[in-house]
Amino acid sequence: MAEIRISAPLSDEDIKKLNTGDKVLISGVVYTGRDSAHKRMVELLKQGKDLPVDLKGQIIYYVGPAPAKPGKPIGSAGPTTSYRMDPYTPELLSPGLKAMIGKGPRSKEVIESMKKHKAVYLGATGGAAALIAKSIKKAEVVAYEDLGPEAIRRLEVEDFPAIVVNDIHGNDLYEEGVKKYRR
Amino acid sequence: MREIQTDKIIEVVAKLCKDANYYLPQDVMDAFKDGLNKEESEVGKAIFHQLIENAEIAKQDEVPICQDTGFTVVFLELGQEVRIVGGELYEAIEEGVRQGYTEGYLRKSILKDPIRGENTGDNTPAVIYTDIVSGDKLKIIIAPKGGGSENMSEVWMGTPAAGAEGVKNFVVERVRKSGGNPCPPIVVGVGIGGTFDKCAQLAKRALLRPIGSDNKDPFYADMEKELLERINNLGIGPAGLGGRITALAVHIEVFPRHIATFPVAVNIQCHACRHKETII
Ligand code: SF4
Repeated sequence: MAEIRISAPLSDEDIKKLNTGDKVLISGVVYTGRDSAHKRMVELLKQGKDLPVDLKGQIIYYVGPAPAKPGKPIGSAGPTTSYRMDPYTPELLSPGLKAMIGKGPRSKEVIESMKKHKAVYLGATGGAAALIAKSIKKAEVVAYEDLGPEAIRRLEVEDFPAIVVNDIHGNDLYEEGVKKYRR
Repeated sequence: MREIQTDKIIEVVAKLCKDANYYLPQDVMDAFKDGLNKEESEVGKAIFHQLIENAEIAKQDEVPICQDTGFTVVFLELGQEVRIVGGELYEAIEEGVRQGYTEGYLRKSILKDPIRGENTGDNTPAVIYTDIVSGDKLKIIIAPKGGGSENMSEVWMGTPAAGAEGVKNFVVERVRKSGGNPCPPIVVGVGIGGTFDKCAQLAKRALLRPIGSDNKDPFYADMEKELLERINNLGIGPAGLGGRITALAVHIEVFPRHIATFPVAVNIQCHACRHKETII
């Protein structure tokens, strides 16, 4: 397993280096967003309005963290299931979103759209939430505070662990990995 | 009659909510270590290492193993010689959940209305099942259930002609379709018989059995073994990224059935296989 360090926001050069199955350690800025935030952002785009955050080169992490204990930046924060974001994803890739972190496979449409916009999908280990939270150094709500755990947060991360599931060539670790071990 | 104060119940439930979310049961930890030894995939091994480390961090820092601290499912075994004093039993349970989830910095994931939404803000109400049993004790089991694995569960009203093969195919197919979504390695709870609702409850209760325990009936114990092997041959692996270990255990619970019906339920439990109990 190759181990690659990337730092967000990401350039096309960063994205090109990533291949399905690579282990990545992410540092820099990552935005959180899940069901309701996606719905609101896509509605804004449909109305021709600006998004609350500029997504160019950014990473969205699908997570609804647990509340932070006093003195900690965030509570446990593992990924949520990504397929629920599939209907909205292609529309967020157009304005320049470069990577998503979640768990579980993406739809054919999303994979095609990632190829087209040169974006990748990274898998974080579902349920490894206390471990992942250790890599999150700072968190602040930047939009949709009323959504509670579903609000958009700006995270500053250091060596956030993930695995490249879909690269820009259309490879898919969920499919290939499972095929290899099926009997 | 033995009297039990509702204050005591509130205190116990609040503590159980926190403990269940912070401390992974030992049988699950042992199953991770066993899985790590058997896993052949490099990615799969790396995931097992993460899960073991994650449980250790959660325990040490007293933070939830998983951010989805679930729907609070409560199983009560109420001795018929117990008298509850100081308030209502179910209100005490709800108050315990409210306190536990608030004090414990656990996520509140419950919406007041299934369609119109609005978070209740304290993770209540709980889903409560009560059995009246003999004796003068009250046993409380708290089993927080995450959404990701619950979403991959299903009840099938099969036909009696489907028989054992029909059950096995349904269970394996249900797991195959779930892929990485329910956070494998999973525990598979299977309920067979009863009514539509009863078999779903059997499947959920099956998840409380210690990992590695067999059904007492050798016929079903064999079926559990066969199902575990077939499921692990699917190749889904830890986190669904491919590997030998997809499930840690398959637990079957059965109940008599009506001559015309054949209900089968599969309740999938993610690796955050949380439950804690106390007897008052
Ligand atoms: S399925 Fe389980 S481990 Fe995965 S995110 Fe949900 S509660 Fe956590």
